[in-house]
Amino acid sequence: MTAPFDLTDDSVVVVIGTGAGGGVLANELAQKGVSVVSLEAGGRHLPEDFINDEWESFGQLARLDPRTTSGDWRVAKDFSGLPAWIVKSVGGTTQHWAGASLRFQDHEWKTKSTYGDVQGASLLDWPIDAAEMDPWYTRAEDKLGVTRTGDRPGLPGNNNYKIFEAGAKALGYEQVHTGRMAINSDENRDRNMCQQTGFCFQGCKWGAKWSAGYVDIPEGEATGNLEVREKSHVARILHDDSGKVTGVEYFDADGNLQMQKARLVCVAGNSFESPRLLLNSASSMFPDGLANSSGQVGRNYMRHMTGSVYAVFDQPVRMWRGTTMAGIIQDESRHDPSRGFVGGYELETLALGLPFMAAFLDPGGWGREFTTALDSYENMAGMWIVGEDMPQETNRVTLNMDVKDQFGLPVANVHFDDHPNDIAMRNHAYKQGAAVYDAVGATRTFPTPPYPSTHNLGTNRMSENPRDGVVNKWGQTHDIANLFISDGSQFTTGAAENPTLTIVALAIRQADHIASQMSQGNL
Amino acid sequence: MRFTHKTKTLTRRDLLSRSVAVGAGFVVGAGYVASSNAAWAMETTSLQPETMAALVQMARDIYPHDHVGDEYYVIAVKGYDTEDAAPGVEAGVAALNAAAKGRGHADYLSMRWERDRVDLLRSMEASPFFQQIRGGLVTGLYNQKAVWPLFGYEGESFSQGGYIDRGFDDINWL
Repeated sequence: MTAPFDLTDDSVVVVIGTGAGGGVLANELAQKGVSVVSLEAGGRHLPEDFINDEWESFGQLARLDPRTTSGDWRVAKDFSGLPAWIVKSVGGTTQHWAGASLRFQDHEWKTKSTYGDVQGASLLDWPIDAAEMDPWYTRAEDKLGVTRTGDRPGLPGNNNYKIFEAGAKALGYEQVHTGRMAINSDENRDRNMCQQTGFCFQGCKWGAKWSAGYVDIPEGEATGNLEVREKSHVARILHDDSGKVTGVEYFDADGNLQMQKARLVCVAGNSFESPRLLLNSASSMFPDGLANSSGQVGRNYMRHMTGSVYAVFDQPVRMWRGTTMAGIIQDESRHDPSRGFVGGYELETLALGLPFMAAFLDPGGWGREFTTALDSYENMAGMWIVGEDMPQETNRVTLNMDVKDQFGLPVANVHFDDHPNDIAMRNHAYKQGAAVYDAVGATRTFPTPPYPSTHNLGTNRMSENPRDGVVNKWGQTHDIANLFISDGSQFTTGAAENPTLTIVALAIRQADHIASQMSQGNL
Repeated sequence: MRFTHKTKTLTRRDLLSRSVAVGAGFVVGAGYVASSNAAWAMETTSLQPETMAALVQMARDIYPHDHVGDEYYVIAVKGYDTEDAAPGVEAGVAALNAAAKGRGHADYLSMRWERDRVDLLRSMEASPFFQQIRGGLVTGLYNQKAVWPLFGYEGESFSQGGYIDRGFDDINWL
């Protein structure tokens, strides 16, 4: 039968979420002839709908449903109700992402073996490695059209990049370039070429940047095997007496509770909503939540060690012109404990418009120390720091029983404390970032604290041993054979790289596995 | 409530003859507040004009930009001139004035030096009133499209074809 599917059709695969994980998985399954119902909490926003205005776009795309925070991370102080800057829309956060598409370094699949014991960290080796992932990465790069992979040229550097590159070279850095980006760099592709418009975070109005929302989802729908139900909030995953998943309950666009039967359920709602859904699905058979016999659901929340460095020069830069993330320094991404921490970090250019710069440069800051920085906004350059943070069991997503969402369900509380390794790495990165700009004549630099998280990882982590995590090497939960996790929450560790390419590669690989297991009658 | 830039209805002469100077460049009359050079004037409906004048000064003391005129600060805080918001703001400004008195000044607007006013604001930084005003200004001031050019920010660019032919890489001083 072809989409749309009946609520009682128990032959369908239900995929929850349509972002980098769920959107890709749904399309890949549909291409293989599998019937898929995708349930997406957000609405559909296409390139023509996107808005070149930071706050207006934020209102259009950001997920603003209530969440709470705790812990010593500065986000809990500055943005207590907004732990994450992620998107509620068909396409999820791939609508908003900058496009950086980096593979893990080989050793980052095996951090426990490479770094050894780090006090307070729950490091673990992934049950997969670089060799196994190589072909899936290649398929992900081809799907996303990643620059500097295959035969795709790099993007040109904008003003913000030119400053960054000159400073990096003056400092002796060697791995400096305009990045591997899922942004089209030439005219002979199926997406438009980048027009250096800026506003990458607000959704690319040219469609030059890859997004699951306007690439994978329409491709999947064109097969007749994929039905996307927008504005559908999944409340609970249901199971039978044998402990097998049978379907999901969700609130439809009109707020009515519906039940969709399913042969298999794949959860890809981001690292807050995915564990929240498993926990909210607790039953008499699974009183601690689904797939939680290990007690690991919600634990080991990672958000990348982040921060930014902005700098003021005595002449104009106009960093907002062109690609938001226009280049990268990779020299510090290596593992080199002589720097005082394990793991490494990337430095990537970043630009904010004036409205967001006022909100994020120094949250809570005021007076002339703050305003003289903004007075030089036109002469400002900026970079973002993204590094591997340590998984910690106590950094976790739990249900906040005192705060309910619009459907009366407990919201996610996000608890995060920085690990000493995270702090040491951030301080190193602040110093190096400032040195890059000082090398080309910065008159003032700013070590800007982390924004609400966009890289949310690890709350349903992958493990060889069912005791240590929630899912196996295929993203299949250890406890329930027909329940899969398909988003960044399955990350065992976070690596230094932006996670989207890895989420996409894992989703392509998982689709292959699910389809073959289904055809063999194992699922 | 009405906000007038470069008002034609109130001349400088009118202002000086019909109003009272309240310090720091403001004059107030019955139901309105204006800059002493008549660059702008605003009728208030719920707030006392003196309260609005103090609020505008407070906004500038929190986010001082010497190249940004008072009219943009007025726009940033005029949303408090409503029946719902006014009582809280009146109370907040009253507390501000009381604190100024405690430091030997007639009121907040009578504190001539920015550093004195800022010292006072620092002492009240944790108060809900201060945080309400400061938090509101982040968008109230910096999200005004008319303010952006004063900082060189160009805003929307899609309709102009982006910057691919308009200087995305035009830096010439490196």
